[in-house]
Amino acid sequence: MSVREYEPVIGIEIHVQLATRTKMFCSCELSFGEEPNTRTCPVCLAHPGVLPVTNAEAVHYGLMIGLALGCEIARRSIFHRKNYFYPDSPKAYQISQYDIPLCSGGRLGDVRIHRVHLEEDAAKLVHTGSSGRIHGAETSVVDFNRCGTPLVEIVTEPDLRSAAEAAEFGRLLQATLRRMGVSDVNMEEGSLRVDANVSIRPAGEATLGTKTELKNMNSFRFLERGIDAEIARQEAILAEGGTVEQETLHFDPESGALTSLRSKEEAHDYRYFPEPDLVPMAPTETMIERARAALPELPAARAERLERELELPPDSAKLLAFRTELGDFYEAALAADGEHPRRLANWVINELTAAIGDGNPTDTELEPAALARLVAMVADKEVAASAAREVLGVLIAEGGNPADVVEAKGLGRAGEDELGDIVDRAIADNPDAVEKIRAGKAQAIGAIVGAVMRETRGAADGGEVQRMIRAKLEG
Amino acid sequence: MSDLLGLTAAQQAQLIASGEVSSAEVFEFWRGRAAGDDLGSYLWVAEETPADPGALPPVAVKDLFCVEGVPSSAGSRILEGYLPVYTATSVRNLEEAGAAVLGKTNQDEFAMGSSNENSAFGPVRNPWDPSRVPGGSSGGSAAAVAAGTAPWAIGTDTGGSVRQPASLCGIVGLKPTYGAVSRYGMIAFASSLDQCSPLTRDVTDAALMLRILEGRDPCDSTSLGLPDQIELPSAERLDGLRFGAWGLGEEGLDPGVAAVVRTTLDRIEELGGSVVEIDLPSAGRGISAYYVIAPAEASANLARYDGVRYGHRTEDFQDLLGMYENTRAEGFGEEVKRRIMIGTYALSSGYYEAYYGTAQKVRTKIAQDFAAAFEQVDFVVTPTSPTVAFELGERTADPLAMYLSDYFTVPMPLAGIPAVSIPCGLSEGLPVGFQIAGPAFSEGRILDAAYALERAIGFEGVPVP
Repeated sequence: MSVREYEPVIGIEIHVQLATRTKMFCSCELSFGEEPNTRTCPVCLAHPGVLPVTNAEAVHYGLMIGLALGCEIARRSIFHRKNYFYPDSPKAYQISQYDIPLCSGGRLGDVRIHRVHLEEDAAKLVHTGSSGRIHGAETSVVDFNRCGTPLVEIVTEPDLRSAAEAAEFGRLLQATLRRMGVSDVNMEEGSLRVDANVSIRPAGEATLGTKTELKNMNSFRFLERGIDAEIARQEAILAEGGTVEQETLHFDPESGALTSLRSKEEAHDYRYFPEPDLVPMAPTETMIERARAALPELPAARAERLERELELPPDSAKLLAFRTELGDFYEAALAADGEHPRRLANWVINELTAAIGDGNPTDTELEPAALARLVAMVADKEVAASAAREVLGVLIAEGGNPADVVEAKGLGRAGEDELGDIVDRAIADNPDAVEKIRAGKAQAIGAIVGAVMRETRGAADGGEVQRMIRAKLEG
Repeated sequence: MSDLLGLTAAQQAQLIASGEVSSAEVFEFWRGRAAGDDLGSYLWVAEETPADPGALPPVAVKDLFCVEGVPSSAGSRILEGYLPVYTATSVRNLEEAGAAVLGKTNQDEFAMGSSNENSAFGPVRNPWDPSRVPGGSSGGSAAAVAAGTAPWAIGTDTGGSVRQPASLCGIVGLKPTYGAVSRYGMIAFASSLDQCSPLTRDVTDAALMLRILEGRDPCDSTSLGLPDQIELPSAERLDGLRFGAWGLGEEGLDPGVAAVVRTTLDRIEELGGSVVEIDLPSAGRGISAYYVIAPAEASANLARYDGVRYGHRTEDFQDLLGMYENTRAEGFGEEVKRRIMIGTYALSSGYYEAYYGTAQKVRTKIAQDFAAAFEQVDFVVTPTSPTVAFELGERTADPLAMYLSDYFTVPMPLAGIPAVSIPCGLSEGLPVGFQIAGPAFSEGRILDAAYALERAIGFEGVPVP
């Protein structure tokens, strides 16, 4: 039996907590790990008689996101009530948007955006007991601090064709939102949550297969693994002649297992209807222009500019654009000394990230201008690359001027004459190696280079030393 | 001091202002009257008189309004003993103007009813005949004002819940334009219809109270206030004003009520106004639309009473679902359950368009009917209630007959427009209400017309014992 080729079709839904000062429909400040139930009021606790009032800053952020994604902004957009009973929802309905979202249409990279809408977050449930879930819990308690936090839901069209593409898109969207400053976009803390709709179809066919929904993966790595696992599961079902059932699934990154949360039959009837307590949102030209003016240069545009203006390789440009803090540091360094854009980019991407990992360079003692100076010294052969790495470590830990560090540590590149003398001595001290090189064993040069490097304590440029040795032996 | 009983709120305010009587004395007088109520009007009466209650006589407040630290149950077992942590904007506005809270008045549970028999805490009786209902849902507020156990009161009108009891008790009930008064702190029944409304002895008191209540509230996005300040009414004539009479040919209209209303139409003409009969083609469908829209909104508004955070919680449960079900089964009365089920059904997937969608279209058509009518006339006038006050228990077994009590009052809130009910005479010894409705924000003109008519009618109200 020949194996049929299947094409995955993936769309994703992203929930983003907005970094507004206050909640979506009341004036409680947002919570960052405060004591439970200290950021609450009668409105977000759904006391009798209270009414919601829409947060203007959340609408502003919603408009910014819509504009950044090239969406059409609705002239008139309304909220709906989404009804369900659960202790995380004190009103027993979520105020969300249904058929008239704030923004629709749009695009980010190669992926079309279906819609962007505003809603409110639910409270957090904590279940005690061994299960950790509501079933079998000894007691369940509710922390309403998160309840009512503004959320934006971004839904893509099913334009993604692999798990890797989905993760790549997610990272671009995350970088874009971070750059805009509208959210912390931290997946582990839940300020950015991703669901994926996954289906597969025989390659080349236009009709869509039955989709399943993967819920709440808390890193892009898990998103990728979860989607791959789901694609494999669906392929296996179809290979055995079965049919994929529409259901909602949970991916456990530890075991790699997919478990069903609910089937189509168990899907809720949310009884959506227009929220009568709120008037329609009708963004004015002034509001839209204010949102447009608040948009910074976005990662996709920045990558394109870095590639075009500075001739950086696409991967480097993308990395600097996606990691806003690295891009900013790079451009600040470039402003101090713009002679070596590519070399500087390499130093930021390779050497700096090797030292600081996922950290922010502005959290270290390193000044952008100092990095620019150090890279210039390497380019001008004032210091060897290996020594410069050591200098960078000092600058990150202690700050200061690279020339001073080089001087203090005696890492300056040895002068040509002095180096010549050292090379001569090393050749004289290693007659065995010289003999082997002459006999055609080129790699024997390492012994002589090593001797030179020891003598210069690493300050010499290895390549340069090799060239000198060969020249002297041939000469 | 018993003179106070015969005075309107505005007249009492003048006595306080002139120093003839202190505000504490006025409050104490009414506190005594309220404490002596034997009609079931009150669920709570102020325990003591404040040191300086304010420049106006105290106000009786429907139980539906949240008042900080004062029991506010909306007439429901599920909120029995609930003490709000904040005060409704409308009540705060009254307090700031100098009208302190005298007590909380009985009502149909969550404002669902037209006879006050749906209160979890017992019925209210009509001061004109204690074997009869006072109307509802603001029955306690209406009975208190009519019986002289409160100088004035606030209630809420969703489909007639202030105008109909005002009519049955022989007092004035004014439902403002939707959005004129803040709804913040009013325990919600049907959010797109509910409006805080004065119940007063006369039209002047209604105007005085509306002036205090109206205003844009940042806590209520749907509030607008009124464009112009309400002046106290002073018109003596109705010259040049056109009145469109609707519904006098309706089948369910009691002949005695119709006769009193026709006499009132004659008075309008005597005062220089003109009367034409008009048709509002869709208004007769108001009850049908109302009993889809209001329960739909209520099904969501009342979902928060789940026993998790406040109010009644069942002791009989094994798991979360059991707690929800038993809490609500024990806490809600029959009529509330009926409407939650109607509303839930009407919003369900597959039925939404047929019920909720159609009802919204009817609502739009009714608003268009009124808009068309107001091209030809200044006001639409109707009987407020098709009958005078009925006997307790007479309609409790027949929800449909009960719902039809609101036939003439339901179209106005569906259209969002203001309307006042004033007493216009007696039929079988019981008060008949006359309703005057106008376009949105026409409260000033409605009150002027009502004032002129009130003077001409000279209704002898308040059967003070």
